[in-house]
Amino acid sequence: MFVYLIRRLLLLLPVFLAVSVVVFMIIHLVPGDPIDNMVQIGASPQQRAILVARYGLDQPLLVQYGVWLRNMLGGDLGDAIVMRQPVIDLIAENLPHSLRLGGLAFLFSTIVGITTGALAAIYKDSWIDRSVMTLILLGSTLPSFWLGLLLILLFAVQLEWFPVSGARSWTALVLPVLTIGLHGVALVSRVTRAAMLDVGRRDFVLMLHAKGLSHRRIQLQHVLRHALLPVATILSLRIGWIVGGAVTIEFVFARPGLGSLLITSLAQRDYPVVQGCLLMLAMAVMLGTLLGDLVQAAMDPRIREQLR
Amino acid sequence: MGRIRGSAPGRALCTWRGGLSAGCLMLVALAALLAPWVAPYAYDIQNLSATNQAPSLAHWLGTDEFGRDVLSRIIYGARTSLSVAMAAIGVSVLMGMCLGAAAAYFGGALDRAISAVVDLTWSFPEVLIALIFVAILGPGLYSTMIAISIAYLAQFSRLTRAQILAIKGETYIEAATSLGGGHLHIVFRHLLPNSLTPVIVAGMLATGDAIILEATLGFFGLGIQPPKPSWGAMMSSGTAQIFLAPWTIIGPGVAIALAVLSINQFGDALIDALDIRSKLRET
Repeated sequence: MFVYLIRRLLLLLPVFLAVSVVVFMIIHLVPGDPIDNMVQIGASPQQRAILVARYGLDQPLLVQYGVWLRNMLGGDLGDAIVMRQPVIDLIAENLPHSLRLGGLAFLFSTIVGITTGALAAIYKDSWIDRSVMTLILLGSTLPSFWLGLLLILLFAVQLEWFPVSGARSWTALVLPVLTIGLHGVALVSRVTRAAMLDVGRRDFVLMLHAKGLSHRRIQLQHVLRHALLPVATILSLRIGWIVGGAVTIEFVFARPGLGSLLITSLAQRDYPVVQGCLLMLAMAVMLGTLLGDLVQAAMDPRIREQLR
Repeated sequence: MGRIRGSAPGRALCTWRGGLSAGCLMLVALAALLAPWVAPYAYDIQNLSATNQAPSLAHWLGTDEFGRDVLSRIIYGARTSLSVAMAAIGVSVLMGMCLGAAAAYFGGALDRAISAVVDLTWSFPEVLIALIFVAILGPGLYSTMIAISIAYLAQFSRLTRAQILAIKGETYIEAATSLGGGHLHIVFRHLLPNSLTPVIVAGMLATGDAIILEATLGFFGLGIQPPKPSWGAMMSSGTAQIFLAPWTIIGPGVAIALAVLSINQFGDALIDALDIRSKLRET
């Protein structure tokens, strides 16, 4: 297991480098001079020269990348232009909010998704199955930000059960988690149901029936166990949707977080912050995928063997 | 199952699910095409004495904060959403097919290079990829299109690659090669036509997702710029009015849900009619 972990971490290294190059290049690919995007109109040539020297823009691109990478690994992501503070501070301020939201949404969608998917598979073609299938259809079709707005309209504006926006109390987390969660539930539930139906057709299940075990016991103790493996695969492959969902939903609920920070700084063309946020979000996706793979390897010895 | 009659789209249309969704889709597409004739008002006519009005006979879906007719803006918005999504996915499918075909056909280092880049983007959420490219290109209509087509590129490349790898070893390809067919001839006359169907269907399903992604970018204020209407941007300005005029949010959302639901359902009916579900699941 330890060898596997080391190998997976080494595999992440080139991915991380590739992401860092793309993120680094953003500021250079933006049409126009980066300095023009930073200074106010009418800045003197001296002011411009100071900025050019300060950001090292007079150096060759490769040197600039090297310096940027070294600073970044040391935790220095530059200064925000609009908010005038170190980017790393802004990220440290916003990251916990995103982690809380993403983590809860992930937990919610895994637990509810596996439960509903298993119920639908056990009681296939009953009203339970049909209502779960409807839930899956809605969850995978409705745009998540619209769903968020509808939940706000119903539970925050009409019923006043939860706050409309912000992150002042734990109740403010309920609607955002539900919004991201419905998408996740749809995904997990669909995979669980399909995997259980698939496992249910195997010979060993027939054997268990012949042994005289009850349908429910076979499904819960044997079929579900086997079906969890493909569920873990899909979860680790598509863990990015939690990050993507969090980015969108934070903005909808005007919650602090990396997603909101990214979108506001995109609109303000505050590129150091954009770079920092994209880097953090990309790392979140990579680490999430790694975590998913580790869980899978822990569950399935065949995967551990493959990478020996 | 008896003899299969008619073409696959024909068979899909004959199921109630396929027929109904195709009908809804036609309705949305016609509304977009004929917008100037069907919309009761122009999309940019403001009436500041009638702002945030609830739905009425004069304004079926109410008016927004500038007194513009919400229904008319939804109808004009259909033009933006559908054309952006379709153009973006069209480009994405073409580029993805070229990449996937090159990777699968030539193999070796080229395959490893293409697959490495494609797999890298595959693990990232589409929203994040689109945001990276919007960051580079700046907000607007064309950058939205480019961002969306890049965000979905990996999917089509992977699918095409898998399809071509599956048929590359077939006897008829060997026959075509031994008859002296060049690389381009083999790829474009034999391999791509025979692996086209699942990619086209996946492209259709992705158009639904692209509509949502376009709306999401519009909602962030990074898509097409006002006063041109788009479903996402309408909801974005509606959030400021959520207490005053909830209909400015509900209308465009229903339009998106209707369009996406019918695309997904028709795509699903098509998958059943073509019997290609297993091929699409590979990636």
